[in-house]
Amino acid sequence: MEEDKIRAAMLRKSRAARIEQRGRAISFACIALIVLVVVAIFYFVASKGLATFYQNKVNLWDFLSKTSWSPSTTGPHGKPEVGALPMIIGSFGVTFLAAIVATPFAIGAALFMTEIATKWGAKILQPVIDLLVGIPSVVYGFIGLSVVVPAIRNVFGGTGFGILAGTFVLFIMILPTVTSMTVDAIHAVPSYYRSASAALGATRWQTTSRVVLRAAVPGILTGIVFGMARAFGEALAVQMVIGNAAMLPKDLISPASTLTSVLTSGIGNTVMGSLENNALWSLALILLLMSLAFNLVIRWIGKRGALK
Amino acid sequence: MANYSLDDRFIRELPGDAEVAVSTDDLRVFYGEHEAIHGVSLPFERYKITALIGPSGSGKSTYLRSINRMNDNIYGSRVTGNIMYRGLDINSNAVDVYEMRKHIGMVFQRPNPFAKSIYDNITFALKRFGTKSKAELDEIVETTLKQAALWDQVKDQLHKSALALSGGQQQRLCIARAIAMKPDILLMDEPASALDPISTATLEDTMMALKDQLTIIIVTHNMQQAARVSDYTAFFYNGQCLEFDETRKIFTRPKIQATDDYVSGNFG
Repeated sequence: MEEDKIRAAMLRKSRAARIEQRGRAISFACIALIVLVVVAIFYFVASKGLATFYQNKVNLWDFLSKTSWSPSTTGPHGKPEVGALPMIIGSFGVTFLAAIVATPFAIGAALFMTEIATKWGAKILQPVIDLLVGIPSVVYGFIGLSVVVPAIRNVFGGTGFGILAGTFVLFIMILPTVTSMTVDAIHAVPSYYRSASAALGATRWQTTSRVVLRAAVPGILTGIVFGMARAFGEALAVQMVIGNAAMLPKDLISPASTLTSVLTSGIGNTVMGSLENNALWSLALILLLMSLAFNLVIRWIGKRGALK
Repeated sequence: MANYSLDDRFIRELPGDAEVAVSTDDLRVFYGEHEAIHGVSLPFERYKITALIGPSGSGKSTYLRSINRMNDNIYGSRVTGNIMYRGLDINSNAVDVYEMRKHIGMVFQRPNPFAKSIYDNITFALKRFGTKSKAELDEIVETTLKQAALWDQVKDQLHKSALALSGGQQQRLCIARAIAMKPDILLMDEPASALDPISTATLEDTMMALKDQLTIIIVTHNMQQAARVSDYTAFFYNGQCLEFDETRKIFTRPKIQATDDYVSGNFG
């Protein structure tokens, strides 16, 4: 009798199992929506951005390598000039410089928080860093405009606007991102690594530099690439301090421009469907492809780190 | 290392009057293409303790986990063959795994209490399966903790975090949590491997005390433990059960060379 009941209960599809099927459908719908949005954005930007090359017959290689950008006027060859190299160089320049400057600071700060002043680090520094992440970029840009640019003008001369000012503002902006991801990476190193190293007679510095940091490298690299992705995509703050001159930068303190700064200053002044507009979409496409590339790099680093 | 033939096997039939709680028939477990368990057929007698022994990687844990279909959750794993429980093949999509696991509980190698109070750890599943009355829950918490030999130590701190308990206490809490569902069968995957000898002894007493209400299948690396607590012993090697017999016979007169070498410590 009881035997039969238990058997029947096991063969009945329970309410839990049915609800689970519904849950699966809901979560699938959520991911489908996200995928749809991403595909739609890619399609839209790509169709607009590629129109420059298909409709307006601009040579792709010219677009990437020519240095003169004036899509609204006709150049000496009877064609508008859409050479995006100055912006590409500007974007990569500020991104890499900011990352190079930020990395040692981030690692130093993270080591202080995790290995040296652990209590203090968790209680005070972590919230401070989280706060820095949340400051709107226009505030960074405004401070850059009123502090960094005049300072550069006073020290190096010129206008003060340029890649150096952009680098400085971006360095401050990505520092908290890179630092907090480095902190996470160091926290994830198991404590028995430290014990093992200490028990072999290694000093604190040797343990930290050779064992802990070594094991945290994939996580730290991921943090740096995240920071670079943020720097590459940052528009407002950079636009406020870089000078917005679409020409090849001669040095770090002469006005330059980035893909994002040209986009934000130009997109409102062009007519949809015109070459000027399409050329801006092409810049947007480059930005999109670059963020895709950053993503792939992050995944690749994560995978390589996991294998070890 | 000596290589023992997987074809050289001895599986003792249960006595005619023995009641079988659960049995497997040609159970095979695959991880992707790799076959981890090569068709194991074993009966487990009701209200007895059966120990699964064997070297690391011999598949005893994999086999144990497949009995209440915990391998379902592992991506890429596939289990074929029959698992007969109450005249029903529970290795089938027609069977509701949640309902089935009410009857076939499990205790894991590392104590894994939830980050909840002792009380909530035990009532977690009960509440989800519809036991609502406070009095009833209190009653079950008390009886199961007593059965798990933990009541006297924790009765004044039932609402404190389970994570504050010692390892042995945590493991007994996990047993209390499992038997609160009143399962028929309790699967134990090396439950004492993370415990000190005193906690282990208490755990073994608990198992012996539980024997009159449920069937226990235990994986253990500790051969003295298998000899002390179990009625039957199955020796696993390379994904196959080479010998299954009464524990007494396995440890005194094993019929298979591999078993003999393993229990006498001459293995490998």
